[in-house]
Amino acid sequence: MSVIQTPNGYSLDNRGQRVVVDPVTRIEGHMRCEVNVDADNIIRNAVSTGTMWRGLEVILKGRDPRDAWAFVQRICGVCTGTHALTSVRAVEDALKISIPDNANSIRNIMQLSLQIHDHLVHFYHLHALDWVNPVNALKADPKATSALQIATGPNHPKSSPGYFRDVQNRLKKFVESGQLGPFKNGYWTNPAYLLPPEADLMAVTHYLEALDFQKEIMTTRTIFGGKDTHPNWLVGGVPCAINMDGELAAGAPINMERLNYVAGVIDRTIDFVENVYIPDIIAIGSFYKGWLYGGGLSGKSVLAYGDIPDRANDYSPKNLMMPSGAIINGNLKEVLPVDLRDPDQVQEFVPHSWYSYPDEKKGLHPWDGITEPNYKLGAKTIGTSTNIQQLDESAKYSWIKAPRWRGHAMEVGPLARYVVGYAQGHPEIKDQVDKTLAALGVPLEALFSTLGRTAARALEAQWSAHKQKYFFKKLIANIKAGDSSTANTEKFDPRTWPKEVKGVGFTEAPRGALAHWIRIKDTRIDNYQCVVPTTWNGSPRDNEGNIGAFEASLMNTKVERAEEPVEILRTIHSFDPCLACSTHVMGPDGEELAVVKVR
Amino acid sequence: MTETFYEVMRRQGITRRSFLKYCSLTAASLGLGPSFAPQIAHAMETKPRIPVLWLHGLECTCCSESFIRSAHPLAKDVILSMISLDYDDTIMAAAGQQAEAIIEETIQKYDGNYILACEGNPPLNQEGMSCIIAGKPYLEQLKHAANHCKAIISWGSCASWGCVQAARPNPTQATPIHMVPGLAAKPIIKVPGCPPIAEVMTAVITYILTFEKFPELDRQGRPKMFYSQRIHDKCYRRPHFDAGQFVEAFDDEGARKGYCLYKVGCKGPTTYNACSTVRWNGGLSFPIQAGHPCIGCSEDGFWDKGGFYDRLTDIHGFGVEANADELGGKAALVVGAAAAAHAAVSAVKRARSNGGKE
Repeated sequence: MSVIQTPNGYSLDNRGQRVVVDPVTRIEGHMRCEVNVDADNIIRNAVSTGTMWRGLEVILKGRDPRDAWAFVQRICGVCTGTHALTSVRAVEDALKISIPDNANSIRNIMQLSLQIHDHLVHFYHLHALDWVNPVNALKADPKATSALQIATGPNHPKSSPGYFRDVQNRLKKFVESGQLGPFKNGYWTNPAYLLPPEADLMAVTHYLEALDFQKEIMTTRTIFGGKDTHPNWLVGGVPCAINMDGELAAGAPINMERLNYVAGVIDRTIDFVENVYIPDIIAIGSFYKGWLYGGGLSGKSVLAYGDIPDRANDYSPKNLMMPSGAIINGNLKEVLPVDLRDPDQVQEFVPHSWYSYPDEKKGLHPWDGITEPNYKLGAKTIGTSTNIQQLDESAKYSWIKAPRWRGHAMEVGPLARYVVGYAQGHPEIKDQVDKTLAALGVPLEALFSTLGRTAARALEAQWSAHKQKYFFKKLIANIKAGDSSTANTEKFDPRTWPKEVKGVGFTEAPRGALAHWIRIKDTRIDNYQCVVPTTWNGSPRDNEGNIGAFEASLMNTKVERAEEPVEILRTIHSFDPCLACSTHVMGPDGEELAVVKVR
Repeated sequence: MTETFYEVMRRQGITRRSFLKYCSLTAASLGLGPSFAPQIAHAMETKPRIPVLWLHGLECTCCSESFIRSAHPLAKDVILSMISLDYDDTIMAAAGQQAEAIIEETIQKYDGNYILACEGNPPLNQEGMSCIIAGKPYLEQLKHAANHCKAIISWGSCASWGCVQAARPNPTQATPIHMVPGLAAKPIIKVPGCPPIAEVMTAVITYILTFEKFPELDRQGRPKMFYSQRIHDKCYRRPHFDAGQFVEAFDDEGARKGYCLYKVGCKGPTTYNACSTVRWNGGLSFPIQAGHPCIGCSEDGFWDKGGFYDRLTDIHGFGVEANADELGGKAALVVGAAAAAHAAVSAVKRARSNGGKE
């Protein structure tokens, strides 16, 4: 029991009441969170733990590099596709394969549709219940709700008082049945919910509308990738050949009918994001703009790799339409370049993770990464090895490693991208951010908060919706200019490959910067390492005691009721955690872990 | 639990007309004739809702993601009006102890009368602690919930077969539900696929609710209605296979004409699933239509059955390849012969697989 100062500026005090949230729900995968609150219910210590792992990297060893995308795609079915894209880029980088322009446009449309779908589903179906109280919606006046809808989202056609009355009636009967389903045991009497009933009713209505609409957003990926979840990808391009007016075009993957379908989806997606999602963020934000907790590392240390190459095969920052760079120590005046090949930049540490290194004071670059499991609980753990009551954060306490950029704990994700973009003066991002701040009447500092993270995600969905259209037009123009090529198969045959190569591929996944490092030897995978967004954000303490982004974001937050973790969920959810992603790693031989002893 | 589906749907604002439309769509999606629609309507009008606990083990959540993409019925209507989804850690409002309390409450109230839906699987290594729920192994939660359930649905290839984390060398000893040691003997229905098709998932639920029984299962425990034929059997590119017209390389002339993907690795001939009939995302497409070979994601151990771009015969050697190679160049002239050759190969293949498994 003590107070510790971390090098990255936090004062950790674990003397107060310990609050444990396990499982943290409405996330992908499994996670645990423990905090200590002081006598005023303010969080003074935070511990976040990844509670699952699966071992995909070791499973990849010895496999065909052309198959790797399918394995790593199964790291996560929520950000489905982004690992696959990262993987084919890593293999193409290693083998120096260039892809056709059409493949670049199609990949970008698929990746952007993921950003939109993921952000929208995250907000409405994973995150909204942290802000919105469906039970309170029963008290709303449908007429006033209609007026609110017209005032905030005037272009959304579903706005009549009768419409909201119908939804309210359906909701009322659902609640009265006593079978609350997913809403059961929510914290519906907690004073942390601040919306008036009309805003709650509007938001619940859009929860249902978004659940219906989301299935349409990703159908662009069904057209180009054959199915969703988990569409198909290809090293060297995309598998969907184009045949506009040739023989048998009707049975070709891409023809006029297929492209018309995509065009329609892209337009309807823009409409929904602009007329429902963005107005909801402004409306909800206007009631919560006094609740600006949760900034954590976002105003200090943020990292983005960049994504969405405008021209094919050029991954340099100036050709990437999503920003790349690092900001440290809160110095927004300087955005530092990021090099994923530099052994001194991205490194992973394990002194507080359930893995061991020969020398745990040092970090390792992913090309030289070691993943040897070592599930050991600290001496101050309360409970047993298979029934943990309380973790000991001074020892190892998570299945997540601690990645650092030049030694700094970093936040990644939509807010990190928007902070980097804003600092660089990215015109579209700056415009979006300034307009949102003005609409809410808050200063730039408000961006560095839980609410800012949630707002940045919505703005990015809007940006992505328009960029989908940009790349669709680009695709059409290129086909019109006579280029129907979709794949470069020159080096598809492994017999054409050099004996030993290595490569790195990166994307901006919905949750943040993502990279895969691969070594290929004798046409097989020799080593494969992924450092994923939730590894950055959900990282435990490192060798120097720096806390990670989740932990930092919870610090100094006031909770209304310690036994009802609304505020903890709200802030953790604002990162859109993806635990299957962060904890996919495993030891080289898959050996069983040592028996855990609580000392 | 005296309310029926119909009453609940009506109370929640669904009109009689759309209720009946829903029943006929359900009949169609189950492959039943229109005459079954009134029967479904009758069942829905007289039967109560059933609680569902949807647990998550080691998985990637692709099954849940697929489920919410269901076009008919909509996921919204399944969740609000058909089942009572009392526990699903991916979407439930409650967390921590309030979430775990729901499991106990459901067991108390509906002992032996709820459905246990499993997404993902439990790891057995590391004392089960590579998947921790509420400080304990997921394995415990799973076994506890299984002890008191009416029946189990194994969603997707993780729960059904083990899937990617169980691929060689299966470091965590991830174990499919039906093979979990000490699991209560309950009926298990497997709905494999990575993920399963959304409309197949919702149709399986609807069938169980409507007819109050599991659909007929095959020897491997899968519903016959969706898993009794190979993708190859109903593939729209099948005539090209029979004609010996193949994609030789991605984006070649054959790829642009929608020729058969067998030679670039298609696993359609050995994969039992409804992709080529029901298709994906409201019937919009399926992998082969979008130009990629089937990777066989609904089959047991598909990750370890050779490369996705290797021809099937390289692994199984049942003799199709010779025909395919021979016929590729002179397709137009030998259509009849190709079809005959294929029919013979198929017959042999059938006999072999029956002989091997029965």
